[in-house]
Amino acid sequence: MKNKFTTISSVPIDPLYTPENVAALNYEKDLNNPGHFPFTRGLHETMYRGRLWTMRLFSGFGTPEETNKRYKFLLEHGQTGLSVAFDFPTLMGVDADQKRAAGEVGKCGVNISTLKDMEILFDGIPLDKVTTSMTINGPASVLLAMYLVVAEKQGVSWEQIGGTVQNDVLKEFIAQNSYAFPPDPSMRVVVDMIEFCTEKVPKWNSVSISGYHIREAGSTAVQELAFTLADGIAYVQACIERSMKVDDFAPRLSFFFDAHNDFFEEIAKFRAARRMWANIMKDRFHAKSDRSMMCRFHTQTAGCSLTAQQPYNNVVRTTLQALAAVMGGTQSLHTNAWDETLALPTELAAMTALRTQQIIATESGVINTIDPLAGSYFVESLTNQMEKEANTYIEKIDKMGGMVQAVKSGYPQREIAEASYRYQKQIDSKEKIIVGVNEFKTAKEPPMETLKISDDIHEAQTRKIAEVKKKRDAKKVSATLTALKAAAQNNKNIMPPLCDCVRAYCTLNEMMETLKSVFGEYHDPGIF
Amino acid sequence: MKKPLRILIGKPGLDGHDRGVKVIARALRDAGFEVVYTGLHQTPEAIVASAIQEDVDAIGLSILSGAHNFLFQQILSLLKEKGANDIAVFGGGIIPEKDIPALKKMGVAKVFLPGATTDEIVKWVRKELQS
Repeated sequence: MKNKFTTISSVPIDPLYTPENVAALNYEKDLNNPGHFPFTRGLHETMYRGRLWTMRLFSGFGTPEETNKRYKFLLEHGQTGLSVAFDFPTLMGVDADQKRAAGEVGKCGVNISTLKDMEILFDGIPLDKVTTSMTINGPASVLLAMYLVVAEKQGVSWEQIGGTVQNDVLKEFIAQNSYAFPPDPSMRVVVDMIEFCTEKVPKWNSVSISGYHIREAGSTAVQELAFTLADGIAYVQACIERSMKVDDFAPRLSFFFDAHNDFFEEIAKFRAARRMWANIMKDRFHAKSDRSMMCRFHTQTAGCSLTAQQPYNNVVRTTLQALAAVMGGTQSLHTNAWDETLALPTELAAMTALRTQQIIATESGVINTIDPLAGSYFVESLTNQMEKEANTYIEKIDKMGGMVQAVKSGYPQREIAEASYRYQKQIDSKEKIIVGVNEFKTAKEPPMETLKISDDIHEAQTRKIAEVKKKRDAKKVSATLTALKAAAQNNKNIMPPLCDCVRAYCTLNEMMETLKSVFGEYHDPGIF
Repeated sequence: MKKPLRILIGKPGLDGHDRGVKVIARALRDAGFEVVYTGLHQTPEAIVASAIQEDVDAIGLSILSGAHNFLFQQILSLLKEKGANDIAVFGGGIIPEKDIPALKKMGVAKVFLPGATTDEIVKWVRKELQS
């Protein structure tokens, strides 16, 4: 028999958990019923009996025309929310017709360079009927402005639209790397957006504080939990410093976590996240409203857990991960398709991923009762342990002066690189087993059909930008960009002038370069 | 004493996935190579310029964006243009197996697929550069 049993994050696990492990647990203080502080057992009294989680598949590829078709397909098959994946040029604020975009246009997501592309992306999709999540960070303010103007053109008011913009720039420096400006001006832009949405787009989640990318970059579960909540603390702090009232904006902060392979560790992480955030908001920030204390989160199954070898096994991995997310009380969920480690998903693979959620929701019976694992000696003590270890990290970050300072010093980046290297070594030495990769291998596998993104997209998108530039009013373009620059320089909220730039069909890069001329640009320090 | 082999590890393009590249850079450094890591978001021109300036023996590229065919070609052509095509170019990332023959023909010395261990990569680099 093995003599060491650990979670995927290398947390040692005891052979047996007993009442002694949870003797100090106080039901009302530590757990309480769902819908009640500290929300450990779930945010809502009825949870999935009242309303299922939102089934939201992250998708986007090629041209806006193609992605629009995929969205309509997913909505017809019972998907309940949209989630936009942008390509690398868009994520980095580069237009499709620029040299730096060459080779990457439309490859890993949909390409958006101007309002025209955004109009096509949501053509025939009424924005008062769906909610949309947009994974965009460095240029988040620009893409939000584009979405708002599309709503305006559809005759839908900003009060009616709902959705989320990721806009979590701290974790860009930590893990995902699609930043634009240096940390301090980046924080200013995030606060501008929170302030603007609080006032004008009340149903919009202005930041999705994300652990997903931290975990995908190789962190442990505890690091994911700790760094995400520390990022959240930094945003709340920054808004308070702007003289905003905590209960005005905090209800619209949302979270995003990874669901990795280790079933119980993940469930404990989700439960600990809710309890920790509730306590942070109450004790540290003196929030009064319950809604400010609720850690509402989206979950995505772990992309990094998928294997290129025997890819159909990924359906099983995704199912287990999705189940952990549901048992952990997620508000919305993306399930990965089996082929996503090779390419963007084919229609069949994406549909199977959606069906996985529908099977969990309708056939497995796990939604019948709320937080069914509460009271388990093991799950409760693992939840406590995650909380304790994550708090140690948060205290350390507090001592550094908060997450903005920690990021500047490279601390979370180094911690993650260390954990990631350790994990790779554990796989290389077979201390951790991955089926089909370092154990249970098959010699020859049949090739798999994957989605092919055409190289013509670059040309098509370039042509579209040229047409837009020919038609637009050049005077309006330069006037709106000048106004944007003035707002950036004079500490005025950049969102209203950005909306004007978008209306004038300025390109993404024109707006980003204008902002960079004031804020500066961040470059990867290349720590390894 | 023999001069340690120098390797430039690069991330061309706008792709921000750097988990793999950091593991490789560190594994090569731990194995005794001198590693220059360019950081993210480098143009092919910048990668070739640093490779020549740093006088490296090989360039390892990590590409997870689907732009591998384009980016490898760019870098190989630039090396040739500068008369530096003695520098071996290898890589890895999300690269479909069926693209490998064309990449090899282009001049890519080796493409590592998902599941390659750090030992495997270290051994290949050592053997390739010492022969």
